[in-house]
Amino acid sequence: MLKIQNLTSHYGRIQALHGVDLEVNEGELVALVGGNGAGKTTLLRTISGLQDASGGSVSFEGNDITDMVANKRVGLDIAQVPEGRQVFTALSVEDNIRLGAFIQKDKARIATDLEKMYARFPILKEKRNQAAGTLSGGQQQMLAMARALMSRPRLLLLDEPSMGLSPVLVMEIFAIIEELKEQGVTIFLVEQNATAALRVADRGYVMETGKITLTGSGENLLNDETVKAAYLGI
Amino acid sequence: MFAEFLQFLFSGITLGATYALVGLGFSIIYNASHVINFAQGEFVMLGGMGTVFFLGLGLPMPIAILAAIALTTLFGFGLEKLAIAPARGASVVTLIIITIGASIVMRGLAQVFWGKEFHAVPAFSGDEPINIAGATILPQSLWVLGVTVLLVFALRYFFDKTMMGKAIIATSLNRDAALLMGINVKLVLFISFGLSAALGAIAGILVAPITLTNFEAGIMLGLKGFCAAILGGLGNGMGAVAGGMIVGIAEAMGAGYWVSEYKDAVAFILILLVLFFKPSGLFGKTGTERV
Repeated sequence: MLKIQNLTSHYGRIQALHGVDLEVNEGELVALVGGNGAGKTTLLRTISGLQDASGGSVSFEGNDITDMVANKRVGLDIAQVPEGRQVFTALSVEDNIRLGAFIQKDKARIATDLEKMYARFPILKEKRNQAAGTLSGGQQQMLAMARALMSRPRLLLLDEPSMGLSPVLVMEIFAIIEELKEQGVTIFLVEQNATAALRVADRGYVMETGKITLTGSGENLLNDETVKAAYLGI
Repeated sequence: MFAEFLQFLFSGITLGATYALVGLGFSIIYNASHVINFAQGEFVMLGGMGTVFFLGLGLPMPIAILAAIALTTLFGFGLEKLAIAPARGASVVTLIIITIGASIVMRGLAQVFWGKEFHAVPAFSGDEPINIAGATILPQSLWVLGVTVLLVFALRYFFDKTMMGKAIIATSLNRDAALLMGINVKLVLFISFGLSAALGAIAGILVAPITLTNFEAGIMLGLKGFCAAILGGLGNGMGAVAGGMIVGIAEAMGAGYWVSEYKDAVAFILILLVLFFKPSGLFGKTGTERV
């Protein structure tokens, strides 16, 4: 479904991605783990188009989308939950969710999807008229998820969904991720919480200084000695 | 005594409504791009001078007004497309300097094509003053107020109720997240410049029968509108309206009770006071956000 070949990206003269090869198949949950500054977020931003690629290619369902502008990629059913939530703080919770369906013209579909989101995240329904900036971190994460799901993505890119959340909320977020996978959403998950991510993932990639250094099934990576030492703290 | 006060108040709110419209124009562009568009005053001038020009061609008043608004909106689109968009990625200060350059160009063009003379636009519905409790108000003032109120409500509706309005707010709050929603942020910027230009033009047309207009008329009106926007808190639409009213009324009172030569200074004294004591503006947010 998603195929990345020899992808490079630069911030000015600093190279952040050094030729990344990666693949996500339809229906899979693929995790990308690695330390701070490994280039995980840059990779995700390059996939969603927020960051320009300087070389290599990103293709989605066989079509090269390397140079497609970011706002067009939603139309391909790719949605991203960005790092740090990035909710629209001054807008209401409901407006945030509705903006997730910005390109959707079918009002009935938006209404049903909105109800679905409220059923899945009851706390958002309770706070629907509050400004999104007044929500707690965990609630903002739920909101960012709901907003992304409003476009009914077939490929969901998740950037550090567990960052800064309490253990209970982390479990809740991961339960939602597994549920989405069961519904057939293809998920590419970027996480520093390697244990949790690799546990739910079909396959995983380990990234270091802008390169993929290791790949395998989630289980294999969890049991890999170098991974254990570097990222799992075992 | 009271009649005198009422007289100053009438002229104050008329001026204030004009400044409010100009201030709203500043706010819309600021919200979409964090750029302070110093060509906003020239949009005001283009509205008034454009109407004079189209009337001169023999067009009836309503058509001339619409044509002037359309012409100014085109200038707004053009400013974004030809000067702001190509400088994408440049710092906000650079973009602001570009708008100053654009304002000089527009003023120059107006001078070349339309000359330096002052022009009058006929009042929309006569010059017969209306007597209210001993004070008088021009019918044109009622036009200024009525249209301003209408536009303020229309803008509120646009930003509060329509998806396009919310997309503009979303873009101003978080450009990247807006892109992820599929919002075409380039288009948002383009629309914002057009909308601001149209607002400026309308302000210029409304006020032209009262104050006369020439190629430089936009400088002062632009600066006063800028004061209104700053006073209300940059980017806060309703703040700009309140700021415009405060500046207008203060100016009229200053001219009436103090010295009329210093009336222009009143706005700038106000803005200095606000910047000293409450830099975020009277209604501006102080920027507390939960992380």
